[in-house]
Amino acid sequence: MEKEVKTPSKVGTFFSKIGYFFKRIFVKKDDEHPSYLIAGLRKNGIQSIIASIACIIVGLLVGYIVLLCINAEGANDAIVTIIKNFLSYNKETNRLKYFGLTLANTAPLIMTGLSILFAYKAGLFNIGAAGQYTVGACACLYAALVWNLPWYLCMILAIIAGGIWGALVGILKAFLNVNEVISAIMLNWIGLYLANIIITGCSGWDSIKHETYTIGSNSLIPSGGLENVFAGCEYITIAIYIAIAFAIIVFLVLNLTTFGYELKGTGYNKFAARYAGMKEKRNIILTMVISGCFAGLGASLFYQTGIEPWYAGSSVPGMGFSGISAAFLGGLNPIGTIFSSYFITHITVAGSKLNTEYYCAQISDLISAIIIYLCAFVGFFKMFLSKITNKNNRIDREGKKMSKKKLSKMKGDK
Amino acid sequence: MENNYVIEMLHITKEFPGIVANDDITLQLKKGEIHALLGENGAGKSTLMSVLFGLYTAEKGIIKKDGVEVHIKNPNDATALHIGMVHQHFKLVEIFTVLDNIILGAETTKYGYLDRETALKRVMDLSKRYGLNIDPDAKIEDITVGMQQRVEILKMLYRDNEILIFDEPTAVLTPQEIDELMQIMKNLAKEGKSILFITHKLDEILRVADRCTVLRKGKNIGLVEVKNTNKEELSEMMVGRKVQLVVDKTIAKPTDTILDVEDLSMFDKIHKINSVNKVSFHVRKGEIVCIAGIDGNGQSDLIYGITGIEKLKGGKIVLNGTDITNFPVRKRNNAGLSHIPEDRHKYGLILDYSLENNLVLEKYFTPEFEKAGFIRKKEVRKYANKLIKEYDIRSGQGAITKTASMSGGNQQKAIIGREIDRDCSLLVAVQPTRGLDVGAIESIHKKIVEERDKGRGILLVSLELDEVMSLSDRILVMHKGEIVGEFDPRKTTPQELGLYMAGAKRDEVKFPRKEQA
Repeated sequence: MEKEVKTPSKVGTFFSKIGYFFKRIFVKKDDEHPSYLIAGLRKNGIQSIIASIACIIVGLLVGYIVLLCINAEGANDAIVTIIKNFLSYNKETNRLKYFGLTLANTAPLIMTGLSILFAYKAGLFNIGAAGQYTVGACACLYAALVWNLPWYLCMILAIIAGGIWGALVGILKAFLNVNEVISAIMLNWIGLYLANIIITGCSGWDSIKHETYTIGSNSLIPSGGLENVFAGCEYITIAIYIAIAFAIIVFLVLNLTTFGYELKGTGYNKFAARYAGMKEKRNIILTMVISGCFAGLGASLFYQTGIEPWYAGSSVPGMGFSGISAAFLGGLNPIGTIFSSYFITHITVAGSKLNTEYYCAQISDLISAIIIYLCAFVGFFKMFLSKITNKNNRIDREGKKMSKKKLSKMKGDK
Repeated sequence: MENNYVIEMLHITKEFPGIVANDDITLQLKKGEIHALLGENGAGKSTLMSVLFGLYTAEKGIIKKDGVEVHIKNPNDATALHIGMVHQHFKLVEIFTVLDNIILGAETTKYGYLDRETALKRVMDLSKRYGLNIDPDAKIEDITVGMQQRVEILKMLYRDNEILIFDEPTAVLTPQEIDELMQIMKNLAKEGKSILFITHKLDEILRVADRCTVLRKGKNIGLVEVKNTNKEELSEMMVGRKVQLVVDKTIAKPTDTILDVEDLSMFDKIHKINSVNKVSFHVRKGEIVCIAGIDGNGQSDLIYGITGIEKLKGGKIVLNGTDITNFPVRKRNNAGLSHIPEDRHKYGLILDYSLENNLVLEKYFTPEFEKAGFIRKKEVRKYANKLIKEYDIRSGQGAITKTASMSGGNQQKAIIGREIDRDCSLLVAVQPTRGLDVGAIESIHKKIVEERDKGRGILLVSLELDEVMSLSDRILVMHKGEIVGEFDPRKTTPQELGLYMAGAKRDEVKFPRKEQA
């Protein structure tokens, strides 16, 4: 209760300042200066973070309810497993090892998340990230298995392949005004079957196991000593560094450069962009190329670590689509994408550890899908949050509550 | 005497966060009168009407209808009390007929089927009674804006509304159509309807209104009997200071030709016609050339063609001796073209960007603001603050305010500041004062004349005849994509221009180009 001490001594004023600070967290000074808590809650960035966390909590809750419905007995264990993931291991080394595995899976997701985000900032919805990821995978695997190229060359080829796939969408959009979602979905399938044909027909295809052979060690992305840090986890590589570096670069490009200025401007209002003399068509194509490159790189960061071989399945790998959730759960912020990608990978990897005695094998995918699905509600939560804080604002101002109806009307008008 | 009032809004107070939109406003509407509500933009006219129409609920104050207190919580309540509104932007279904639009939402039925016969009879009766002269079978898209407005009026009458609110009804009309509307309003009042007439045009108030309530910055400034007042008094009440109603300018001293447009044509892909058909004209240094016309006669497309936003179908544009016909927008801008666009939200601003980012919209790539691909944020801030000060752009948080949260007038000031500051040789200004109040209009007009006197060429497009008459040095009238006449504002009248604008008259002479080399 230091704040009540009103001695003139230095120590006293210091404590009363601290006390005042704590008081101000919850209490407003006057109408112009709301409490720190409310002021903080009104900040856009903080609202995004809280909204993302709220989504995660609701997602986990709904997931838990579904588990309860399917089999009440194992639900508690199951939800704990999902939340804890690698932490559920007793041995320190195992924990580290599976933490490494989770990180290894995170890197490609960050890239596909960035791919979605980058296009989205320019007003394009790149649902083709999945297809760009697929052709990227095809390019790096072919280069690794058939030509046995060093890892960085494989990676560059994957980037180029993804970029070309993105460019196709961009060109169609820019010159013929073809809706990017439609052309991208088509190209997803074209990319998938093209990849299947090329890979199953090449010398790297193991026709007995129906998957590609493991790629040679010089085509694997180097671990850079990370495998020692993560107790011998064989899949952890510098991929995670690369992905985080790209997230930071995207952040800088979007916020500090003229290119980012143009890109966001075009995304917000393409008419004003045209009025200002920005090259709309060039920007659309360039955005899609870069977006495609990110997805292609994502594929390289996944397949060149040897986590999984190529299975020649009949659907596009889910990484591209998970990128959508990663981007949105991350509040459409490149740095946020790093964390959201990690979270999504965290629960997906954990899902595979669920007790199959109680649940069938697909349950992990179901639960992570539910959580990811709810992640799409970030925008909704954010809206809700800003409504609440503005409501507090009204209480501050007038000393009485306002009805929701009024508030929404006011919002609609202002 | 109190029973004389059909609607009374007593001591209405409505607050929004940070602003008191209506502060203790009282408005009393007599039966059968035309009551004008005058005020600048942001004075609280729309808010007050929204309170009456049930879109907002006031914090304080009561509304009485025929002396009885009523609670209007939503527009349905207002309709039930026979309050109707003609919105500034019509709410009509373009491909429906006039009749269908009128009965939409209040259809008469017979055994569950639409009964057009009964409805038609009522509509025609109403139309005759108030002298509206509508054709019930015409489609909305085929009739003039003036006619569309009458359909809106009929819609209100069809619903037995007693109190009619007109929200800036004359903004889209020609002088002749305005005359007719004024007559219709008088007829309506004579038949016992009570009219609330929202406007910022003083002429119209003097012509039709019986009384006038003036608002300024959310406060009730006063109630005047229109017959005892004059324009100067009203404008002073509205703005709060003496306003110059006539643009103060000297006679233009035009010199060299700066813009030369030759046989310019634009193609309208939707309607498959030439929206601009072989238009030729020129603009010289130091003169204001104004293109007048009713909205939708090709002025917008002509400007899109000149500024490079849309592709030309044919013709040639020469700016400062350079053929810019095939230049993209940025090259045209750099060649000395500046453009204040018609639609400030669609073209003029990126509303999600901050004010400072919008102020460098056409400059961010110049060395002043860019270094090795990076934006020099400090310079941008410095430049933005300079413009904000120079052009008195007001906003909540200064340079970092999101433009979407700024008022229309200040958004417009931002655009005008940005465009004038670009040091252009030709300034294309499309409706630069649209939706602005008298005070702001005065300062923008002054700016434009100043730019002219600096030796710049000004190409002005305006739908407001007052503005055309007072600001321009030469007037070109456009009708259906063609220039149908050229006038000297000192030797013509709004009535004459109106005839040309409506297509009733046209000069067949080709306008001499390049009278001066």
